[in-house]
Amino acid sequence: MFDELFTISTLIGILHSCVRLATPYLFASLGETFGQRSGVLNLGVDGIMLMGAFFAFYVVFEGHNLWVGVLAAIAIGVMMGLLKAFVSVTMQSLQGISGIGLYLFGLGLSSLLFKTLIGSVEGVSGFRQLAIPFLSDIPGLGHILFNHNALVYLAYLMVPVSWFVINRTTLGLKIRAVGHNPEAADTLGVSVNGVRYTTMMIGGALAAVAGASLSIGLQNVFQENMTNGLGFIAVALVYFGSWRTIGVLGGSLLFSLVNALQLWVQALAIPVPSEIAVMMPYIMTIVVLAFTARQIQKPAALARSYERGE
Amino acid sequence: MLIRIRISMLIFLLLFAGCGGGDEEDGEVDAEGAPFRVAIVMPSSTTDIAWSQSMFDSLTAVQAEMGGEDALSIAYSEGMFRVTDASAAIRDYAAEGFDLVIAHGAQYGNSVFEVASDFTETSFAWGTSSDTGAERGIENVFAYGAVANEGGYVNGVVAAMLSENDVIGVIGPVAGDAKLYIDGFVRGVTDVKPDAQVNISYTGSFSDTTLAAEAAHVHIQAGADVLTGSAQQVVGAIGVANENGVAWLGTQSDQISLGPDVVVTNQIYNWANVITDMIAKIEAGELGGTAYKLTFANDGLRLEFNDSIEIADEVKEAARAAIEDIKSGVVDPVLLEDDE
Repeated sequence: MFDELFTISTLIGILHSCVRLATPYLFASLGETFGQRSGVLNLGVDGIMLMGAFFAFYVVFEGHNLWVGVLAAIAIGVMMGLLKAFVSVTMQSLQGISGIGLYLFGLGLSSLLFKTLIGSVEGVSGFRQLAIPFLSDIPGLGHILFNHNALVYLAYLMVPVSWFVINRTTLGLKIRAVGHNPEAADTLGVSVNGVRYTTMMIGGALAAVAGASLSIGLQNVFQENMTNGLGFIAVALVYFGSWRTIGVLGGSLLFSLVNALQLWVQALAIPVPSEIAVMMPYIMTIVVLAFTARQIQKPAALARSYERGE
Repeated sequence: MLIRIRISMLIFLLLFAGCGGGDEEDGEVDAEGAPFRVAIVMPSSTTDIAWSQSMFDSLTAVQAEMGGEDALSIAYSEGMFRVTDASAAIRDYAAEGFDLVIAHGAQYGNSVFEVASDFTETSFAWGTSSDTGAERGIENVFAYGAVANEGGYVNGVVAAMLSENDVIGVIGPVAGDAKLYIDGFVRGVTDVKPDAQVNISYTGSFSDTTLAAEAAHVHIQAGADVLTGSAQQVVGAIGVANENGVAWLGTQSDQISLGPDVVVTNQIYNWANVITDMIAKIEAGELGGTAYKLTFANDGLRLEFNDSIEIADEVKEAARAAIEDIKSGVVDPVLLEDDE
């Protein structure tokens, strides 16, 4: 039975599933990384994802281009990010609580809009599989990496882009400074609130695209609460990845790999109880978190409001 | 600082107020000719194209048959997956004087019996179950369930006839919950094609559409050319079946809208007769004690084909023959205990 798991075609299938499953986690976790590196914890990621998923779906459902759907998701994500920034940065409310509020707001509003504007679960024609010429012909690797829809490629492209922005640009320097020592950054003329508003908008946009990757990329439907708490796992993956983009990539891939593995184990009727199989990703997450906890260097000002003169 | 926190909390409270959703009531209650009042608590949404929607659609069908909101008013709470939330809602509806409170989930059993003991003049119903609490001296609880293996068997027969690869994929939510349907399905497949391979995977969740979608991808990559599954999670899997042109066999509710080109059949749960009978009994003063089962024989289960796609006559004929055989007892798809 276990032999079937180690055939080339099955291993390619598992890795292909892994790469695809990591897509929403990558978008959402990279967005959350921007926010947390600037000192703002946003637990409302799941709510923003739901809003992004709904707006992208609705735009496509109404007959518009798929990329217009992505832009709609980005727009609503930026607005949700601004709302979070207003509440957490300007009004200085507790970041954890306001994040939960934002999540519930997104959950409720996306459900309400869905029922009002669409009413029943419908399907749309989402992003199709786009095999990259030549690269997708590479035996094994080609199917694993270069035979996905456009949003999957975009998610992986965001990893080096995010790394570059955070580590190699002036904005990134300001983000890191504000996240570690907002007082010092302020005295050097950096607008702490301005930077935090910016990261909330970036994070909101990426979280919303994560939602869109579900509704018009991976599933091509919208259902109430369709993220099923995926946004909270994305937040955990930022801790898992020690606030580094490469760590977030590793965490997303590892979590997705174990999820893909358990699906294949079940589908191939390998005698592992399904209850154990579905627990595997979470067990793995806890184990890795336990072993990486000591190495974590979290932003010193994470979840701390900043007010001049305090 | 404190004022700012209060203002920001107020903003969210105001926002929530605009999008509460879920708990709505149709129909006005007046003193004379008051409508029969039904409240229902559901674990998922009224539009889940699965378990919750099957009951909600049946309720609205009965409402239309009875003459609209003036005859039957419906209040509902959806998304009550947490039993503690559901329990509070059940108690609230009972306290508000509803004639019948339906707790639409096997996980609500303890809550129903607890509240039913406190509100003996109110009628309650819950499922999937056959336990009316009679053994505990409770007289105001109805129980209901669907003999899902019957439609599972027929869908299995259809799947075996449609499959060219003789590999069929099943996407279940939580092992145990969907056992009845899946057992019937496997039996149907193997009765037609004993050597066919039925790959079964569970997502471990009723609502994880992402994992269900990926499970569909996995089954297709493993060679499956026909898929089925249950619970509200299946919307993700139907989307994948649609994208890949793989046949889908539905259960619980009509799922054709989601995959008009791939959904071949649906086993529909029709609770209308159960609801009508409960209302009649309650109005006659009988507040509980009956356990209902949906079957093909009592029209509680229906198998509907998708008329917009071409389905071979022999497949339809085999499905109809299987239904008749189940009704007459020639085929017994039961492997199983009473409950789903």
